[in-house]
Amino acid sequence: MLGLSEAFRAALWQIATLDPQLIEIIGLSLKVTLTAVAIATLIGFALGGVLAVYRFPGRSAVAALLNALMGLPPVVAGLIVYLLLSNAGPLGVLKLLYTPEAMIIAQVILVTPIVAALTRQTCEDLLEEYRDQLRSLGASSAEVVTTLLWDGRYRLITAVLAGFGRAIAEVGAVMIVGGNIDHVTRTMTTAIALETSKGNIALALALGMILLAIALIVNVALMGIKRLASQFAYA
Amino acid sequence: MAGAFGRRDVLKLALAAYATLALAVPVSRAADNFIIVQSTTSTQNSGLFEHILPLFTKKTGIEVRVVAVGTGQALKNAQKGDGDVVLVHSQPDEEKFVADGWGVKRYPVMYNDFIIVGPATDPAKIAGMKQAPEALKKIAEAQTPFASRADDSGTHKAELKLWHEAGVDPKTSSGSWYLETGSGMGATLNIAVGKQAYALTDRGTWLAFANKGDFKVMVEGDNKLFNQYGVILVNPAKHPNVKAKQGQAFIDWLTGPEGQAAIANYKIDGQQLFFPNARPQS
Amino acid sequence: MLEQPRFLSPLDAAAPLLGSLLPLELGGLSLETGGRRLIDRIDLKVQELGITVILGPNGAGKSLLLRLVHGLVAPTAGVILWGGRPMNDQIRRRQAMVFQKPVLLRRTAAANITYALGLRGIARSERNSLALQALELAGLERYAATPARVLSGGEQQRLCLARALSLDPEVLFLDEPTASLDPASTLAIERLLIGAKHRGIKVIVVTHDVGQARRLAQDVIFLHHGRLVEHQPAPRFFDQPESDTARAFMAGGLVL
Repeated sequence: MLGLSEAFRAALWQIATLDPQLIEIIGLSLKVTLTAVAIATLIGFALGGVLAVYRFPGRSAVAALLNALMGLPPVVAGLIVYLLLSNAGPLGVLKLLYTPEAMIIAQVILVTPIVAALTRQTCEDLLEEYRDQLRSLGASSAEVVTTLLWDGRYRLITAVLAGFGRAIAEVGAVMIVGGNIDHVTRTMTTAIALETSKGNIALALALGMILLAIALIVNVALMGIKRLASQFAYA
Repeated sequence: MAGAFGRRDVLKLALAAYATLALAVPVSRAADNFIIVQSTTSTQNSGLFEHILPLFTKKTGIEVRVVAVGTGQALKNAQKGDGDVVLVHSQPDEEKFVADGWGVKRYPVMYNDFIIVGPATDPAKIAGMKQAPEALKKIAEAQTPFASRADDSGTHKAELKLWHEAGVDPKTSSGSWYLETGSGMGATLNIAVGKQAYALTDRGTWLAFANKGDFKVMVEGDNKLFNQYGVILVNPAKHPNVKAKQGQAFIDWLTGPEGQAAIANYKIDGQQLFFPNARPQS
Repeated sequence: MLEQPRFLSPLDAAAPLLGSLLPLELGGLSLETGGRRLIDRIDLKVQELGITVILGPNGAGKSLLLRLVHGLVAPTAGVILWGGRPMNDQIRRRQAMVFQKPVLLRRTAAANITYALGLRGIARSERNSLALQALELAGLERYAATPARVLSGGEQQRLCLARALSLDPEVLFLDEPTASLDPASTLAIERLLIGAKHRGIKVIVVTHDVGQARRLAQDVIFLHHGRLVEHQPAPRFFDQPESDTARAFMAGGLVL
């Protein structure tokens, strides 16, 4: 087996020379996850905000469900989407199986509960402080939702980053609905799984290092945002 | 309105980032001109597809998207209509697939052989044996570790057939010396090497495998280790979405002179992995 | 300085036709939770303009009364009439309230005011100048572009008051506005309230600070245990309170 240090050296070489296969895989991962996170954010912000502000029967049940779905295993999300998109399934006519779009759908299902639950929590905390004043100023419930979402923007960004971290690192969902097809649906995580199973430790390591680097960047961004926030007493 | 970060700035940044990504990663979308082939991990891990598929695409312009799972899963997926062609290696199951109406016709494509690999120390002393079932029997008696795919794949079914011939039921020892990995060929080999266990593998995957450690080929050449691959078009009568024309074009190419030559040309370290044996079409 | 009331919206333009919000009349007003009467059958009539001070020991229900008449809390019994009409959303839009702890959004000082103006339907083009006027009134114009929440406690409260005044309310409520402020800020706030009074805004202030009550009040509402104990013009209340509890309170004792 390739010695660990040799593998690292080979991996760094692939990164340094911007190996086109590597670039393609990274690009697809980012495109799928960023798109999924963008969609999940729109849904999650709205859902979380509405849940925090509006009173309706079954409200606490929905909140509990969202909290539970935060821990949805990626493979399960993948399985559900697979059954839906399979040609034998209800949405088979859409011909979405084994495409990046299917992967985006699966990741939206994974990320939305995270964003929604954290948004709800943030908005509820803010509402504690703002409820009376906003009512006094005459804000409608819808206006309260948008006000809270903008006001809590720094905390909400961390919710989005949490969702991103979850999606970029998962392999179960994208593997099942994407099929790990070369040049089409092969992402960083599925490629790592494949290359490892072929014994190509160098390429697998290179991808792993990049994944770690992305996670690091996300966390540094998080810290930066938090610092910015407290600077302006926005936290 | 002054302030750290205006609303419009955030929006602009987000749009710019997304646009950059969208342009930087053109996903190959030659409209609808592709087929999905449900195939096995052994063919994928060996690197065969990376070698022959571009040749087919160059000739016909049809892109081939391979989903590599075990034989059992490949056939089940095709049964659900989630593929246009299946390329697997378990003849009885393939024939049943056609007999049940899920496939149109089975064509033999190529063969290679299975081999039993194991650690250089060879604790069960099976190196050089000519009969595979006997070798497995010795492994069972010595209770040395053996890694099985246990995933309903063609390789797995072949392995079970050999145990049956040896008169051993290894499942009773599952978890002790018989390790059921439930994984593809490469993953199973990783586990075998890691745990110094014997394993049954197809030669193609073994030759391409980059993590052999000190493992050697222990048993080969037995007729019972013959491994035949077949290709079948999924029946468009059962699943109208199947791209019958393009699928058949693939099958014709694969079993025709060009495809067969491409298969024969694929070598690793000078060794040929798969041997074409399609009968001439009638 | 704000000269005269502006029309904030077509609805408000019709306000003179709809009539003044005064008098404020409470009839048998009660708020009961968990078996306890937090507000106990209050009958009250506030008729005159000027500053009305609601006085009383802690827990008397002063804040609660304010919230009730501003429509933030619904009573469990009794009526609230503004100018003969029952409390509703439209009436609330002609009022404004400042809370004990300043409540400001995470944006600049000016943006906090333009936000409130936006809720009232003021045209975008007018909001900035109106906000600036309000900031000048409160002496905060140099903080227009400063994040509101970095301001000091006193400045934040002045900002909340400026925001309330920018809405050109007919009634202004304040719930212990200077309870945690230093004397200089307290003075600034009180000056603004007197200015508002002069411009014809009805001011209703809750306080437990007798000195502040003396400085500001035209009439005094004295509450104890959720009940109305006295409602008197200020001179009469401070010189000769009718009730023992009021007397004890003014003398500085703990009124149980």
